[in-house]
Amino acid sequence: MALFDLRLQDVHNKLNNKELSVSELVSASYARIAETEPAIKAFITLNEEQARLQASELDKQLQEGGERGLLFGLPAGVKDNIVTEGLLTTCASQFLSNYDPIYDATVVRKLKAAQSVTIGKLNMDEFAMGGSNENSSFYPTRNPWNTEFVPGGSSGGSAASVAAGQVYFSLGSDTGGSIRQPAAYCGIVGLKPTYGLVSRFGLVAFASSLDQIGPLTKNVEDSAYVLQAIAGYDAGDSTSANVEIPDYTSALTGDVKGLRIGVPKEYLGAGIDPRVKEAVLQALSVYESLGATWEEVSLPHTEYAIATYYLLASSEASSNLARFDGVRYGVRAENPENLIDLYKKSRSEGFGAEVKRRIMLGTYALSSGYYDAYYLKAQKVRTLIKQDFDQVFSQYDLIIGPTAPTPAFRIGEQVGDPLTMYLNDICTIPVSLAGVPAISVPCGMADGLPIGLQIIGKAFDESTVLRAAHAFEQHTEHHKQRPQL
Amino acid sequence: MSITPKDVEHVARLARLELSDSEKDQFTEQLNAILKYAEKLNGLDTENVEPTSHVLPITNVMRADENRPSLPIEKVLLNAPDEEDGQFKVPAVLE
Repeated sequence: MALFDLRLQDVHNKLNNKELSVSELVSASYARIAETEPAIKAFITLNEEQARLQASELDKQLQEGGERGLLFGLPAGVKDNIVTEGLLTTCASQFLSNYDPIYDATVVRKLKAAQSVTIGKLNMDEFAMGGSNENSSFYPTRNPWNTEFVPGGSSGGSAASVAAGQVYFSLGSDTGGSIRQPAAYCGIVGLKPTYGLVSRFGLVAFASSLDQIGPLTKNVEDSAYVLQAIAGYDAGDSTSANVEIPDYTSALTGDVKGLRIGVPKEYLGAGIDPRVKEAVLQALSVYESLGATWEEVSLPHTEYAIATYYLLASSEASSNLARFDGVRYGVRAENPENLIDLYKKSRSEGFGAEVKRRIMLGTYALSSGYYDAYYLKAQKVRTLIKQDFDQVFSQYDLIIGPTAPTPAFRIGEQVGDPLTMYLNDICTIPVSLAGVPAISVPCGMADGLPIGLQIIGKAFDESTVLRAAHAFEQHTEHHKQRPQL
Repeated sequence: MSITPKDVEHVARLARLELSDSEKDQFTEQLNAILKYAEKLNGLDTENVEPTSHVLPITNVMRADENRPSLPIEKVLLNAPDEEDGQFKVPAVLE
């Protein structure tokens, strides 16, 4: 496991000096999985045969010398809603339990080009709907810090596998907080890039106007490297942004002098665990000591964000999930009476409760007579929420607050109460609605469970977000803590 | 506005879902709770606010109208639950 605590540069130096081989890295990954997986359950499918083959090919390349990819030899986990050719992609759903993709997502192609090694596919809430991994239709992933607690979600497997040292880094997807919240709960670094920076081609769509792929890593520098490898315009995604991609690692100067930080009072008010608030205030004093300044600001429409999000995301989901009809892929129900019955039975047998609930909510919000009252209204409130951010960013470089209002909660504690579960996302959802980038970094512990600090930036200004996160990491020890497994 | 079990049945039909009686009861209760919570949006005046469908200023992304290779048929059918003669097979639609 200590191997995966090394910085990317140090791993690469060891590979260069022949102190380490890619095969040893990959073996270390599977050995750690064998040791910890019975307790953690982070994976749905392992890719062991292919990964070992690829490792020996990369070792050959290492012997021969020459140019190597940015993520050369690093064992990676991929969330199971990102399609991988020839490797099952289930979205943690019974419906797709046999789905064998015929192409790679753009990010997977980019990982291959960067020469990381895909170790396996990671557990999640079914179709990325949930914040605890309890909605996986196979089994829940558990938090490596305490296996009685959830790892967060929906990228819970992605976060737990990195925290448990099973893989070097992972990819997750974030629609309303699904990278940042599990990163916070598991004590690692999770970055949600600006909407449109990373291609969604091959990401099984949940809410198309919000979904974004991003890296989960043990430190900020590695986050910058992985982002470098996966960012960029892609004609395969019509919402891909055609922007220039800067060199993210060169932004990690450690210098935050003069940075102006806004701290939304809504993110530290009622409902925020006092231990979380205290950890955030301490982090702010670190920034002050480094020459940055912070002031309280307001994002006045925060209280409307969750209702807005659940109407919009569920509406988009009800439309996106219409494709799962049991005709072209997925598990088809047996003995349907006719075509409509085939659709109904296949969907009803294949989808879990949360997925059905959101399809129902979305279908209702889009249905004749209710569209204006719910869907259109929510789209208008989204404009107000985005304007809140625009206003603060006209005077501040960054917005900082907690990633989640509390540390991880116990498995089973919030099942059956969707509204309470939704409220865990109060600090991440507004950011998703505004489409801006945000990172969660470890900033403390409460009763043995990690707390996450959320650093939010202007659209396409990942460089400043990473710079500030990196500077904090350089001057604190929180990111060095590891769960005892 | 409140949702009745009849509304839930109607929406389930639109969504091509078949719900058990207990699911119907549960969803009626839960959707009412969620929609009641969503009613707080009505407290905001959005009379002169434009809707946001998308945060990026992108509209009508076009590409040149040129032929590109298609996927081979055996790949397309790889995941088909049922197929015949290179086509997806479903129960008869017409009598």
